[in-house]
Amino acid sequence: MSSRNLTAVELREAIASRRIRSVEAVQETFAQIDRLEPTVGAFISLFRDQAMARAQDVDRRIAAGEPVGALAGVPVAVKDVLCTSFGATTCGSRILEQFHAPYDATAICKLLNADAVIVGKTNMDEFAMGSSTENSGLCKTVNPWAPDRVPGGSSGGSAAAVAARLCPVALGSDTGGSIRQPASFCGVVGLKPTYGRVSRYGLVAYGSSLDQIGPFGRTVADAALMLNVIAGHDRADSTSVDETVAPVDDYLDGIDEPVEVLRIGVAPAFNAGADESVRAAIDAALDLYRNAGAQIVEIEMPHLDYAIAAYYVIATAEASSNLARYDGVHYGYRTPDPADYVEVYSKSREEALGQEVKRRIMLGTYALSSGYYDAYYLKALKVRNLIRGDFVKAFETCDAIVMPVAPTTAFRIGEKVDDPLKMYLGDIYTISANLAGIPGISVPCGLDENNLPIGLQVLTPAFSEARLLRIARMYEAATDWHTKKPAMVQ
Amino acid sequence: MSDISYEVIVGLEIHVQLCTKTKMFCSCELSFGQEANARVCPVCLGLPGALPVMNRQAVEYAMLAAMALNCEVSPFTKWDRKSYYYPDLPKNYQISQYDLPLGSHGYIEIPLEDGQTKRVRILRVHLEEDAGKNLHTAGNFSQVDLNRAGTPLLEIVTEPDMNSPSQVRALAVELQRIVRYLGVSEGDMQKGHMRFEPNINLAIKRPDGEFRTPIAEVKNLNSFRALERSIAYEVQRQLDEFLETGVTLQMGNKSTRGWNDVDEVTVLQREKEEAHDYRYFPDPDLVPVTTTPQWLEEIRSRLCELPLARQTRYVTEYGLSDYDAGVLTAERPTADFFERALAAGGEPKRVCNLLTQVGLKMAREEGVDLAALGLEPAGVADLAKMADAGTVSATAANTILESMVATGKAPTALAQELNLIQTSDAGELEGIVDQVLAENVQAVQDVVTGSKKSKKARGFLLGQVIQKTKGQANPKVVSEILDRKLK
Repeated sequence: MSSRNLTAVELREAIASRRIRSVEAVQETFAQIDRLEPTVGAFISLFRDQAMARAQDVDRRIAAGEPVGALAGVPVAVKDVLCTSFGATTCGSRILEQFHAPYDATAICKLLNADAVIVGKTNMDEFAMGSSTENSGLCKTVNPWAPDRVPGGSSGGSAAAVAARLCPVALGSDTGGSIRQPASFCGVVGLKPTYGRVSRYGLVAYGSSLDQIGPFGRTVADAALMLNVIAGHDRADSTSVDETVAPVDDYLDGIDEPVEVLRIGVAPAFNAGADESVRAAIDAALDLYRNAGAQIVEIEMPHLDYAIAAYYVIATAEASSNLARYDGVHYGYRTPDPADYVEVYSKSREEALGQEVKRRIMLGTYALSSGYYDAYYLKALKVRNLIRGDFVKAFETCDAIVMPVAPTTAFRIGEKVDDPLKMYLGDIYTISANLAGIPGISVPCGLDENNLPIGLQVLTPAFSEARLLRIARMYEAATDWHTKKPAMVQ
Repeated sequence: MSDISYEVIVGLEIHVQLCTKTKMFCSCELSFGQEANARVCPVCLGLPGALPVMNRQAVEYAMLAAMALNCEVSPFTKWDRKSYYYPDLPKNYQISQYDLPLGSHGYIEIPLEDGQTKRVRILRVHLEEDAGKNLHTAGNFSQVDLNRAGTPLLEIVTEPDMNSPSQVRALAVELQRIVRYLGVSEGDMQKGHMRFEPNINLAIKRPDGEFRTPIAEVKNLNSFRALERSIAYEVQRQLDEFLETGVTLQMGNKSTRGWNDVDEVTVLQREKEEAHDYRYFPDPDLVPVTTTPQWLEEIRSRLCELPLARQTRYVTEYGLSDYDAGVLTAERPTADFFERALAAGGEPKRVCNLLTQVGLKMAREEGVDLAALGLEPAGVADLAKMADAGTVSATAANTILESMVATGKAPTALAQELNLIQTSDAGELEGIVDQVLAENVQAVQDVVTGSKKSKKARGFLLGQVIQKTKGQANPKVVSEILDRKLK
């Protein structure tokens, strides 16, 4: 029995019931990595020996009848933005290329406590800034469906790893679409939980008020399984939500049960900006929901047009402050021969940070500067509130909103690198969920004329992930898009 | 020169380290004198991914201090990032409070030399994290010690209401007394627990008009003395500079000067006020703080009588001198001990004398608080009662108190043991007086004739009586008998 075609839910059951040993699953994972990783380039680092040792330990404990965790023996990849006490934590940046964190992120601890086997850390746009993973300062990742195309970003490595069957599930982070958009481009499921659902402790910050950790999987159930493991309040993150306010559910429980009374909101004018193939796929999905008994209601989201502008002010403002610590003084890259301490700062940053990171630091610094704060940062916060209001109002008349994940399918490598604004505009459908703090999921919903995956985005109110997953599962159960494989893994 | 007059204007920016158990945003213990970088964690090192968590005790200490400084405590406050690059600041931003400080619009009463008090307005009180320390003791590189990074720091900004070096010192001393009373800071200036940065200038009046000299901010003041001296120095320097150059206060000509403790001068550090842009914005990693009425009430109930009020009360209520009242109220444990002794029946002046003449002296020698000497307030009260009743002399009472500290025994037992119980029995003493008078005819003669030696002779006779009783005769009673017999 090959583990490679099993989902994480199936694999953990196979391992727990000793039909497959974790060691076999991990060996097959690394065999697949050896075969495809030279083409895909999903990983920044791999932990072959450590993973094998953990797998052996899990197998031994299962054989001994000891209790094991929810991901016992399952290979998992994590985006290199999560701090691990083993290996480097680079954030795809040369400034942290040699940085070894002395601690594990809360999400990493939870994976390890659930007996997951972390096989490696995945490539990403530097400090999660980008939509194509082309901004990585360390390596290049391609889309497994078309190696001349981008995997999306910033969690491109995690999405590509799952799409290429290098591992069944992975973690990413989503600040403006960085899980959902690469999931869409790579034809896998990507979930951004509600802001506050998953602890950010140990997630290297980009835009702190927007960042959220979430899972990738090939199925909605795998995303639910991963969320089960990583969700919950954490004293170390003041913005993680108290579970007495918003209890954590068992997200797998009842996931196959369709939502009986379902009103789906659509903003046709807003969706009109997407490519025709994308719109056609979304329309087909809406027909499917309608046929399943859902009511489709038109909603108005008058302020979403301002989402990109607001996002690129707020995220960059926070980033300009969050990234100030990479200064060559305490850790990370330091310029070899500084004349004075000011040069330690300026040259270390000049030499080791990439163009896009510098651009965003400058944008954010400008937005927070005295005399500009009110016109940019404060105004962006007001827009953010209006967008939140749009969602609150919309969710009075519908239970979920459906829209594209991205206006296009995966674009060609290099196509947008010289036009950052064009790149930013591609975030139009994902950004508002981050600004509003609500959960969103990307589910495979078609292939375009170039055989490139299209993603369906579903958004629901804050802390309703259980419902979101069930709604997404309704679509998945009625279609076979999630079973499609890129040519390289046939 | 005689047609010129001026007024000194001083405002203070004060940083007080709070003595919480752990740092402001992480669970590292506070440190002083530890090996460099021994008290650090991912949060106070500013490592990637680490997040701050607010220390509630620090907020409560800050609320308590704000209340003691008569501030309005904000019902809603938040945390802001203040951005600047410096090697001792690991995140290159400091978590502070910008537009919604915890406390504002308060005041502090300070004692003046003439016995009056003065009200100095407090503009704001807010909480922030301290930075680490840059060390320049190595060869051609600097080192950074982050043990101090993240220590809770209370920033207090006064209005420019002080008009002399001594007023500034009085405020500093009073503030130290207050934070120690509240138990929110150890308040040791040498250890950097309290840092004062005065902003000084002069308002000069001359027949040709009124002028303000440029403001100078003075840093590096490590003692009350340095604080007071630096202001006196600045007053003279600014006056001289004005007379020489005529320079007056303008936008942007505020300077920063450092105090040189050896030469007792201020030295220019930065000529022009740098156009700092700290790019404040709310810290997205922390949630705002709502100070509910219940919480405020709970903190308010922890407020105690403040030192100056207590000092004034000791003068008016107990008739102590202002000096003695100041000594007793300087430290809260002393004043609390004093009041417990009064509650046990001690007479205020007598207890005050015992404590100031013996108790505090011994505590100082031991390097501990009065309360840590092992004395019981009730024991001190008993001793005071014995002295008041004439059972022991004032001198003997001091001796007994010393023994109480050494042995832990009760004053009555010690008085017996040390043979310090006075004889006040007039009948018994009368016989001894007669005996002494009979043995010292010449001295008696000198007293009775009222010669030049009269006073000395009388003292001699008194001394003889005391000696014969081995020091146990009550001098007051003996004196009365002598007066009667030698009339």
